[in-house]
Amino acid sequence: MAKVHRVRKGYDLKLIGSPSSDLVVAPQPQRVTLYPEDFKGFSPKLSVKEGDRILAGDAVFYAKADPSVVVPSPVSGTVARVVRGEKRVLQFVEIAPDAVNEYRDFGAAKPSDLDRAQILEKLKASGVWSLVQMRPYGVVAKPGDQPKAVFVNSMDTAPHAPHIDVQLAGRESSFVEGMEVVKRLSDRTVLTVREGSSLPVFESLNGVEIHAFSGPHPSGNTSLHIQQISPLNKGEVIWTLTAQDVCVLGELFSTGTCRMERVISLTGSGVREPKHLQVLPGSALSGILANQIDADGIRIISGNVLTGIHVGKEDALHFYHHQIATLPEGDQPDFLGWLLPGFGKFSLSRTFFSWLTPSKTFALDTNMHGEQRNFVMTGQYDRVFPFDIYPLQLLKAMWASDIDKMEQLGIYEVVEEDFALCEVICTSKQPLQELVREALDTVYTEMN
Amino acid sequence: MKFLHNFIEKIRPAETSPMYTLHNAIETFLFVPGHTTHSGAHVRDAIDLKRTMFTVIIALLPALVFGMFNAGYQHYRWLSPDLAFWTVDNLMYGAMRIMPMIAVTYIAGLSIEIYFAYINKHAVNEGFLVSGMLIPLIMPIDIPLWMVAISTAFAVLFGKEVFGGTGMNVLNPALTARAFAFFAYPTYMSGDKVWIGDSADLAQKVDGFSGATALGQYATTGTTSYSAWDAFLGYIPGSIGETSALAILIGAAYLIYSGVGSWKIMLSGALGALTMALIFNSVSGSMDPGPMKEYMSIPPHFHLVFGSAAFALVFMATDPVSAAHTETGKWIYGFMIGILGILIRVFNPAYPEGWMLAILLMNTLAPLVDYYVVDSNIQKRLKRAKA
Repeated sequence: MAKVHRVRKGYDLKLIGSPSSDLVVAPQPQRVTLYPEDFKGFSPKLSVKEGDRILAGDAVFYAKADPSVVVPSPVSGTVARVVRGEKRVLQFVEIAPDAVNEYRDFGAAKPSDLDRAQILEKLKASGVWSLVQMRPYGVVAKPGDQPKAVFVNSMDTAPHAPHIDVQLAGRESSFVEGMEVVKRLSDRTVLTVREGSSLPVFESLNGVEIHAFSGPHPSGNTSLHIQQISPLNKGEVIWTLTAQDVCVLGELFSTGTCRMERVISLTGSGVREPKHLQVLPGSALSGILANQIDADGIRIISGNVLTGIHVGKEDALHFYHHQIATLPEGDQPDFLGWLLPGFGKFSLSRTFFSWLTPSKTFALDTNMHGEQRNFVMTGQYDRVFPFDIYPLQLLKAMWASDIDKMEQLGIYEVVEEDFALCEVICTSKQPLQELVREALDTVYTEMN
Repeated sequence: MKFLHNFIEKIRPAETSPMYTLHNAIETFLFVPGHTTHSGAHVRDAIDLKRTMFTVIIALLPALVFGMFNAGYQHYRWLSPDLAFWTVDNLMYGAMRIMPMIAVTYIAGLSIEIYFAYINKHAVNEGFLVSGMLIPLIMPIDIPLWMVAISTAFAVLFGKEVFGGTGMNVLNPALTARAFAFFAYPTYMSGDKVWIGDSADLAQKVDGFSGATALGQYATTGTTSYSAWDAFLGYIPGSIGETSALAILIGAAYLIYSGVGSWKIMLSGALGALTMALIFNSVSGSMDPGPMKEYMSIPPHFHLVFGSAAFALVFMATDPVSAAHTETGKWIYGFMIGILGILIRVFNPAYPEGWMLAILLMNTLAPLVDYYVVDSNIQKRLKRAKA
């Protein structure tokens, strides 16, 4: 029986446009785009040039610090464009896919027949390694580390995240195979599940600690799971994966090929049919969103509304994202908006009279509802921040770039997504996630 | 409202002009800007600093309106005994005296705020919306307007702007203004000739006129002619907004319910005051008779309804910037204010208002309280790393 952790602090945004359980397999994308910015802690070096013909699983770029860590192409095809920005910084690589994918063969194998080094070798060669993230810092993992545990997360609690049963439907055997691989990477393997939604496939696993979490978002954040189960101290490393990533690992070993297909949710008040889609990372949105968005003034987000990236219709699904969300843009000024009773205004405080209708779902838009100010309120973040960390004090240490203080206050235990709800409710409209990511990058550069 | 918005767009001054800052303040006052999120979370809570400050203003309204009626009542009751309280005459007298004080405070404070926003190239912060309302409410009604203006200017300059503006100050700006007035113009801030409108005039006209507050009476005679019930309802002389504990409690309820004010500070402050009062009560039995014995045997509940105890704990101690920032720290901070407030009040009856000094003192100590609270979290982390 799984141990249950109850999370009390947090909040589930009540948004319009939750996905139906229908799963649609998207056709082969017309274009695949890989953005180096997705890979944190990673200086990309190109492995290909325009016009090169590549197979699915071939390296597109590699890490400057460790050339064995590569980002693979999810499709076979031709490198169509390499776009650089200012100072020749790589912006993105575009691949024109074949009609049917051809896969690079890395050789099928049973995980139990290989030792840890051989498993790592296979993961790195196929580029599947790029799915493994590390804590602290929330960056692409370094294969040379000895993690004290590997955490597999099957419970995304972000608004409108894809349902775990849809994600894993038909991929159970890949998942089990993948968990065999994961088990060989460290001495401790932890799978976290949402309380009450454990799947039969989870119950069938051996040698895996299962922990259930209940409560509102961010109860599904890996940082919280780690803090509750095996808190990180300075110098320790934990590797993290999502349940779907584990399926990719499993398929690498059962088929010998790099198959990046993943289930995402298409959500929000801007799309016609909110649902689940099976797509490849980097897929062009033009295909995914065809006939789905008709109105103007809709923001398209790769990722969820708390942590995602604002993209255009001509962009693509970012590498690690499991959702395409939509929201109406809120670029209209609001006459005396701060002064009127505000019966329809979303707020966790009770300063607007919308507390009279607590269960209402809101057609939220992207308006800031005010201007940025210095920190004034205190104790506000604590309501949605279930960590044993003083958020305001840690943020101020980040603001002051005081690395010693950040360490003392627990920067190694968080990543930017953990502050997303704090950012939502912040009275002073401070850009918290940006601040946290910059601080993590600073500390990472300082320490490595 | 399109017309108004277009008009505001049209008269926008050049960005280098001080008028730009003023224009921006007025524009964002009329319209929450149509800015959309550009980094991090894509949706945001509707609350902003303006709404937060406005919520405090709403919470202050009962005390303000009661203060206006009471100003008239305290003045006229010497001319006609058996005067009714809720009359238009009372309200008009109070409004005529108090509105100018509010106007002067806002003009003095906001012009400095706007000037600093201009030279520091940021938008005008909303913090002064509340300070500007608090300052008149903690002044005696007879204080000359120019003193209000100078105290306000001092508080905004040296209490806030020298530290970097709203959010950066160490001391509560409104209390800084009161402390300045208290020490710069003591004859207008204490004694028994300032708490009732036109005291000097009344003293000439009315035989046996006494403008002493309850605490002033205690200090001189060891007893008071006002009942605790009168004090709870607020029919007593005192600073403009502080007399009615009931009106203040209504405001407190709204602050707590809306999530803007910290109930932890209010509650622990009241507990601290009651604790100290009970300690004094228990010691006073064995004391020699005298004014000090009388003062120390004031029942605990009297302490909370007389003077500015309630107003200080609800509206002053809870200023989030100058209070402790951690939740554990808020319990300690509030409790210490309660203890110190009563301590100063009882042992130094020449300054019957200990609350101002107690809060300013704890303002300076709040970072120390936080330091130890946060340090325990740091030590826990270090201990875990060693284990």
